[in-house]
Amino acid sequence: MLKDITIGQYYPADSIIHKLDPRVKFVGTMIFIVSIFIFNSFPGYFVAGLFLASMIALSKVPPKFMFKGLRAVFMLLMITVIFNMVLTPGDIVFKLGFIKVTREGLIMAGKMAVRLVFLISGSSIMTLTTTPNQLTDAMERLLRPLNRIHVPVHEIAMMMSIALRFIPILMEETDKIMKAQIARGADFESGNIIQRTKNMIPLLVPLFISAFRRANDLALAMEARCYHGGENRTQMKPLKYERKDYMAYLILIAYLAAAILFRVFKL
Amino acid sequence: MSIKLENVMYTYSPGTAYEIHALKNINLDIPDGQFIGIIGHTGSGKSTLIQHFNALVKPTSGTITYNGDDVWADKYDRRALRSEVGLVFQYPEHQLFENDVLSDVCFGPMNQGLSRAEAEKEARRALLQVGFKEENFSKSPFELSGGQKKRVAIAGVLAMNPKILILDEPTAGLDPKGRDDILDQIAELHKMRGITIILVSHSMEDVAKYVDRLIVMNHGEVAYDNTPKEVFKHYEELEKIGLAAPQITYIMHALKDNGLPVDADATTVAEAAESILKALKEKGGQKHA
Amino acid sequence: MGIIKALKLGFDYLKYDDDGNVESTQRAVDDVNLDIEAGEFIAILGHNGSGKSTLAKHMNALLLPSEGTLWVDNMDTASEADTWKIRQKAGMVFQNPDNQIIATVVEEDVGFGPENMGIPTADIWTRVDDALQKVGMTTYRHHSPNKLSGGQKQRVAIAGVMAMRPSCIVLDEPTAMLDPNGRKEVIKAVHELNKTENVTVILITHYMEEVIDADRVYVMDSGKVVMQGTPKEIFSRVEELKHYRLDVPQVTLLAHELKKNGLDIPDGILTTEELVSVLCR
Repeated sequence: MLKDITIGQYYPADSIIHKLDPRVKFVGTMIFIVSIFIFNSFPGYFVAGLFLASMIALSKVPPKFMFKGLRAVFMLLMITVIFNMVLTPGDIVFKLGFIKVTREGLIMAGKMAVRLVFLISGSSIMTLTTTPNQLTDAMERLLRPLNRIHVPVHEIAMMMSIALRFIPILMEETDKIMKAQIARGADFESGNIIQRTKNMIPLLVPLFISAFRRANDLALAMEARCYHGGENRTQMKPLKYERKDYMAYLILIAYLAAAILFRVFKL
Repeated sequence: MSIKLENVMYTYSPGTAYEIHALKNINLDIPDGQFIGIIGHTGSGKSTLIQHFNALVKPTSGTITYNGDDVWADKYDRRALRSEVGLVFQYPEHQLFENDVLSDVCFGPMNQGLSRAEAEKEARRALLQVGFKEENFSKSPFELSGGQKKRVAIAGVLAMNPKILILDEPTAGLDPKGRDDILDQIAELHKMRGITIILVSHSMEDVAKYVDRLIVMNHGEVAYDNTPKEVFKHYEELEKIGLAAPQITYIMHALKDNGLPVDADATTVAEAAESILKALKEKGGQKHA
Repeated sequence: MGIIKALKLGFDYLKYDDDGNVESTQRAVDDVNLDIEAGEFIAILGHNGSGKSTLAKHMNALLLPSEGTLWVDNMDTASEADTWKIRQKAGMVFQNPDNQIIATVVEEDVGFGPENMGIPTADIWTRVDDALQKVGMTTYRHHSPNKLSGGQKQRVAIAGVMAMRPSCIVLDEPTAMLDPNGRKEVIKAVHELNKTENVTVILITHYMEEVIDADRVYVMDSGKVVMQGTPKEIFSRVEELKHYRLDVPQVTLLAHELKKNGLDIPDGILTTEELVSVLCR
């Protein structure tokens, strides 16, 4: 299950999308997410879908990968669809006992499903084509104005990239600890909620201790390599806009304009 | 009483591009009372193999039986199996979690359904048998030295009274003295409790000194399964698969090649010394004290 | 004066009670004197808890002495103004390969040190290319560290230090968590750096095989330097080493056993060839 989450996973490939400045991809993803809430009709969703499909094609990431990310949110999707279907008042299409499915409900459910699928796939394009480090770099640069109101932007970005590096390590460690405790007769599967939570202690204590130890080691290692915060720090891969990035911004603006026009003219 | 593996295969992510055959067609018989060493470089499949012995991992194909019963049969009690076949993982940090040593070691026996008092009895016995001092029973396991933690981890499994004890690199991270102490203690346990010991190790020197049967893993297959002496005769082949015989083997072969009639099969320092002294005496005493 | 010099160095670990008062002190380094020349390959041996790691952390100003002084390239580590210069001069590689790699891509991790030092971008790239090549990890530059073996990860960590162009690297048990092949790989890389780049190496370990080729060996026990000399001198004192919870390579031990049995064998045999030539002469 955890392996199915594609967010935060990088898929190496040589594509135009991979080569774009991460800031463009970050802003682009934001614009796309905004657009799927601006579009409010199925023709509009068709435009958004077309845009999404061409981005997926350009990214050279196999669509199979994209859909793997959807599998993880399948439950959430089903719940949203069902709630919308049965809880929206309007013309009743059919009744099953006290459950009434309305026309408006079906439309609403359809829209929500489309939006969710677009939302997840849209953000997956970004995470699949951008290394976590590029992504945090982009955030650091885009959020830099917040420095003036004393938001520690560099520190937050550093924390995020370290988290991204250690999540797979800690997941593997969780698996090892679980096995070690199962070998001692631990039971992580049966019992009621309270018992199960209690049964997690032999897993969580070693995991936390290890995480703290790692944090401690890492802090030392960073200090040893002259890390002293963001001040006077240079970058190995500084972000620089190129022609293709400006082009991409133009396309994004055009796309956003289309979305607004669709909304204004109620297409 | 034995574990038997028949045609066991294990494949990671079968059917995908990332398919890895971690184990290929393994056939092994682990009878009672042996002291077995398993050696192989990282990625040879030895860790996957030992996790099959106590049903932590289910084989992709093939059968594993314990005392003749298929451990992956529907109604088989695998939790009970895990008390019979104890497995101690490499890092004690992965299993220690209680406030004090004694409670931690009680975790296993209490999972078996023993009362706290009964569990404590088993825990005390196990801790003393691994050479852990009574005065430290109430210490926090996190304050202990590496060697002490290792002992507590072993006791944590031993307290469940397993018939077979598997240890995954019990000497990793210990200093030379700590390493020898732990291995001596394990050999002592083998004698004292008469249980089967399976020792996973990277050190040929260590296995040469202790085990009576050595299984060499390579690319998911059993490359050798014999007494250490017999296995080390293949020292040239061992090198080809990224392993090496104990240094003693090389010394003895070099001496023999240079005309000293020593026993090239000696694998420990004591054996080698004895053989060299004998050979020198036979040579007519030109070489003397 | 050498690149690293310690005079009467002492360090106490303090243990605090719940109110923040010092409850007890534990001497981890005690009256240590060192004088290490530039370009030397030094090994520091000692059992777990002998104080060798604590000593190592002083060379990088990660710990400051409670007593005495330690100089790195004539800079007193206690002077705060020089801290960053000292850390650049004396790079440090730690035991756990996973806990010292910061970035998710190999080359970015190697660039981390130079970034912190404020090196211009173009120069960072030269340094990274250089450092990766020196440890033979260029092919893996775009890989994720998680996909590398232990030995490879440690080589990346070494490259990360080399990219800071230090004159000295301190390796704190870099092989303790590796398998035999990974161990050989790392030690080979370190020896090469010492030879070709003339980097001073301070290798902290408890594996005897790794110190055979060192120029000089220090042995530590309960915070003190208890033995020092060439590997040959150190390994000729088998009983003494055993007393300090250490051992010797099998060949040295065998030679020692034979000598005890009356054979005329010199002390401190370190290689198979030496023993064979002595026995078959």
